[in-house]
Amino acid sequence: MEYPLSTNQRNLVQRLWDFFCSLKLTLFLLITLAITSIIGTIIPQYPNIDERYWATISAGKKALYESLGFFDMYHSWWFLAFLTIFSINLITCSIHRLPHVFKFVSEPLLVLPEGQQKSYKSTDMKLASGLEESKERLIAFLTAEFAAPVVTKVDHQYHLFAQKNAWCRLGVYVVHFSILVIFVGAMIGNLFGYKGFVAIVEGETVNSIQLRNGKTSPLGFEVRCDQFSVTFYEAPGGGRPSQMPKEFKSILTLTENGKEVPNYKHVRVVVNDPMTYKGITFYQSSYGQANDPSVFYFSVRDRNSGKTEQLALRPGLPTGLPDGRNVAIVDLTNNPGEGLAAVLSVSSKGAEPSFFKVFRENPALDELRGDRMIFTFTGTDAKQYTGLQVNKDPGVWVVWTGCFLMCAGLCIAFFMSHKRVWIVLSNGHARIFGNASKNQPAFQTEFEALTDKLHSQNI
Amino acid sequence: MLSAKLFNVTTIFYMASTLAFLAFLAGRNKNIGLAGSIIAWAGFAIHTVATGLRWKESYDIGLGHAPLSNLYESVVFFAWSIVLIFGLIDAKYKYRVIGAFVMPFALLAMAWGQLYLPTDINPLMPALQSNWLLYHVLTCFLGYAAFAVACGVSIMYLIKARSEDNGNAAAGSIVSQFPPTKVLDELNYKAIMIGFPLLTLGIITGAAWANYAWGTYWSWDPKETWSLIVWFIYAAFLHARFTKGWVGKRAAWLSIIGFLATVFCYLGVNLLLSGLHSYGGM
Ligand code: HEM
Repeated sequence: MEYPLSTNQRNLVQRLWDFFCSLKLTLFLLITLAITSIIGTIIPQYPNIDERYWATISAGKKALYESLGFFDMYHSWWFLAFLTIFSINLITCSIHRLPHVFKFVSEPLLVLPEGQQKSYKSTDMKLASGLEESKERLIAFLTAEFAAPVVTKVDHQYHLFAQKNAWCRLGVYVVHFSILVIFVGAMIGNLFGYKGFVAIVEGETVNSIQLRNGKTSPLGFEVRCDQFSVTFYEAPGGGRPSQMPKEFKSILTLTENGKEVPNYKHVRVVVNDPMTYKGITFYQSSYGQANDPSVFYFSVRDRNSGKTEQLALRPGLPTGLPDGRNVAIVDLTNNPGEGLAAVLSVSSKGAEPSFFKVFRENPALDELRGDRMIFTFTGTDAKQYTGLQVNKDPGVWVVWTGCFLMCAGLCIAFFMSHKRVWIVLSNGHARIFGNASKNQPAFQTEFEALTDKLHSQNI
Repeated sequence: MLSAKLFNVTTIFYMASTLAFLAFLAGRNKNIGLAGSIIAWAGFAIHTVATGLRWKESYDIGLGHAPLSNLYESVVFFAWSIVLIFGLIDAKYKYRVIGAFVMPFALLAMAWGQLYLPTDINPLMPALQSNWLLYHVLTCFLGYAAFAVACGVSIMYLIKARSEDNGNAAAGSIVSQFPPTKVLDELNYKAIMIGFPLLTLGIITGAAWANYAWGTYWSWDPKETWSLIVWFIYAAFLHARFTKGWVGKRAAWLSIIGFLATVFCYLGVNLLLSGLHSYGGM
């Protein structure tokens, strides 16, 4: 070996460092992330893969995709590796450049070197007064119209330097830092939070939830579902409800050690309006029927006397009516568009029974049948359950902080400009230079206004 | 309804404006170019009134929501945003020719909406009943519109750069009226500088809404992922300016690819990808 090992190692470290500092790597990563991200939008992802999907691909393809992690690609080792390299790139690039930028801001160029003078906007002016007096006037002028200058004396010349918004050069780094903050927030959420689900039957209480990985997790308090209901938009034309749901609503009550939690009694939880307690949030996500109904409730009104009576019917069990006849449920239907309906038979001894249908959603209809007894289908003993998504994410505030920093950083980086003005002052003569980091046309106008005003003053 | 008629009038104005700009491009008559701008602004005014009316009409029929809730309404708002961003650039930089490459996007969006999409005002399903819908759609579409303008400018850049390479940028040709490539490159960057923060805000408001409504700010669903893809592409564009060899033509291509990805994020995800998954009844 020609070189000592330490040099070799240093070379390696240096090469690695250069590799991670490179903006070409950034471009490569951004474009690679963009392209690879497409995969997960075309191939279905866990846990939302429909069983029928497996029949549409061959076993070989399935095995290949599985080994490449394509069914959960945003958490696959290679995608996470890209994100890690992305973060390292971001950090090393910032470490590499930030000191320069910091120096640029904190130790500004007080004396503009000859070499740079040509590339800046500039204008000349004659001075009416002596050097010292002109200097004082120019300092006063800049302080009033732009920013307080720093004065440097070189040989027989004075150099005045003034700047505005120097710190806005750091805006880009705020953006980059914010990305890391968001990553940290996401990691906190993954490590210390969870996503779960719980179904609560109306009237019942739970104290634990089901996590995504199938485990049960205690909540530390109890949740009771007092009620669940769905309302529908009115169908066009009015009157009957349409099939379009308007609101899914759970009424929940929290108790802790058997005692009601203050302010958490009968809380209304609807889609887009969750409930949070102790960092755990409950979101309305689904609903369903908890049991098949076995008892059906009707009210029967006597058309002649106006008297109304309540009936509880079980399918197949005839029940007596106030007028002496018998009523029984012979069939139940639940067709889309009509909702739950019961086919009833009413019979008296010796006569043919009459059959008719009573709709739960349309209570006024039976009156039109013309019979003396008017039936209204009022409900069943079936209970609904409400399906709630239950999440805990202690990292979410870190993520929002990152998002806020990113927006602020982008505004600073794009819409604020570091403006600098130099005045080189010698006997009887001054030259003014200007430079801005962004938005040259606007600065051009500002610079001209400044120098015009300067020309019009007797300095 | 009156708003529907006004949207038709808007479409006709945008068509007239597009034609005027194309005529200006071919004939270089200054007055025709000015007419193109004026017609675009007039169409924009009618468009704004029509949008306000549609909003009011949704309250009149008892539904009451901002006109940003379905594909038709979003495509109409997209056209509005494009004309707004174009109008701002036109007012500031006075390069009328750009209209010939930007107004067609607005016309296309309006015409598609008016001719092929159902224009009814629908009730909002529970998941959409949130103020976040407004902030989210507003920021996203203004961002998309800025990218549309950047794409138009980039197409001009490529045409101009190509004819300059071929040495036939002689005075009198259509291309000679284009702003200099340096200006086009600058405008491309400017438009993306408007669009990128808006898209960022759009993604963030979307995440905030998802977190508020469903408890997850990010779930890698195709729409979210595609918006991130678009974001990566424009981030690449911004960094390309600092790397030698990635300016000019390559930046213009990145801008065009970025806009294609934007359109895919907006339409393709709904029309194609959901089709792929449609066996699941999604
Ligand atoms: C691996 C990741 C990244 C690295 C290494 C990186 C590095 C850089 C560098 C070196 C600059 C030039 C700064 C200067 O001296 O002015 C820059 C500019 C910038 N970066 Fe990044 N960056 C990365 C990712 C991102 C991402 C994801 C965004 C998205 C918001 C972003 C937003 C910006 C912006 C807005 C600018 C300013 C561009 C301009 O002024 O035109 N960066 N980046």
